[in-house]
Amino acid sequence: MEGPKQVAAILRELDVNPESVIVICGDELLTRDMQVADDALIELRPVISGGTR
Amino acid sequence: MKCRVCRAAAAIDVRRHNAAFCKDHFLAHCWQQTRRAIEKFDMFGPEDDVVVAVSGGKDSLMLWDVLLTLGYRADGLYIGLGIGEYSSKSQHKAEAFAKSRNATLRVVDLAETHGYDIPTGAKTAHRPACGVCGLSKRYVMNQAALDSGYQVLATGHNLDDEAAVLFGNLLHWDVSALARQSPVLPATNGFVRKVKPLIRLGERETAAYCVLAGIDYIVEECPMVSGNTGLRYKDALTDIELASPGTKSQLYFGFLERGLPLLETAETAGPNGPADVHPCASCGAPTTAEVCAFCRLRHRTTGTGATS
Repeated sequence: MEGPKQVAAILRELDVNPESVIVICGDELLTRDMQVADDALIELRPVISGGTR
Repeated sequence: MKCRVCRAAAAIDVRRHNAAFCKDHFLAHCWQQTRRAIEKFDMFGPEDDVVVAVSGGKDSLMLWDVLLTLGYRADGLYIGLGIGEYSSKSQHKAEAFAKSRNATLRVVDLAETHGYDIPTGAKTAHRPACGVCGLSKRYVMNQAALDSGYQVLATGHNLDDEAAVLFGNLLHWDVSALARQSPVLPATNGFVRKVKPLIRLGERETAAYCVLAGIDYIVEECPMVSGNTGLRYKDALTDIELASPGTKSQLYFGFLERGLPLLETAETAGPNGPADVHPCASCGAPTTAEVCAFCRLRHRTTGTGATS
């Protein structure tokens, strides 16, 4: 994906519910209003887990 | 986004609170929310010995971390379920966390102690893996907590978990299950006291807490959970939450405040479960049947004992 691009736009483009993931860059979290640089590597980590505990 | 407390750059937003937090104030927010749940529902005190059911996942490791941070006496309990590499990895995460916090982790292996693992149990009993897993864990956790002398068993159920279970119970009008959906189940009839201190935090917050607090948890989902109904309910509620922040919280806490008291006074079931509980003929654990559900499963899976 080409950057720079806002986190919210990335999630929208990938059709990902922002409430279902956290966005990680290195050891930091990114909020929806932050810009992601073109050469940045980010992780969209799902937070919804299932089964029984 | 700016931190609601200090106006520094935020690390995470929590839309149902209409707030964002920097790392330090987010961790403090999680501690505060957990403490608030513990105190409001009178879950336990600093003098109690608590055991946390630890899976190696984000919720249980976060809960253990928060309880230790808040100064409670909390050990961990890990149950080896025998789900291949997933179980090996999750046990390693739990053990590494315990070591890093200099905390005590007890390990019970299902196959060693009861003669079957979850894949075998599900296959031979012809039952969904999540059902076999839930039944086995509830039994083993309760017995292990009682045998080791803990007053309280704490689980990492969060707001998303509880809202999804409530949603499912409402869809099926399972009045008996609804009546038991309290964040505290008192010790009674051979059951240890069970509490859910993370009910004021959503899954996004527990995941964020682990990342920000440096807790290494197992990210991958259990390979046997595919098609789980609870996951579909969570997805549906998360879609609604996006459009209407606070929906999950309103559903769950509205139920605790206005629905549960009505059910607890009904004849169907109280918070302690049905009154006709007696010892299982096979293992002596509390049950409403002659032989408890766990023993029936175990007998069927291992081909031993009575199967009534």
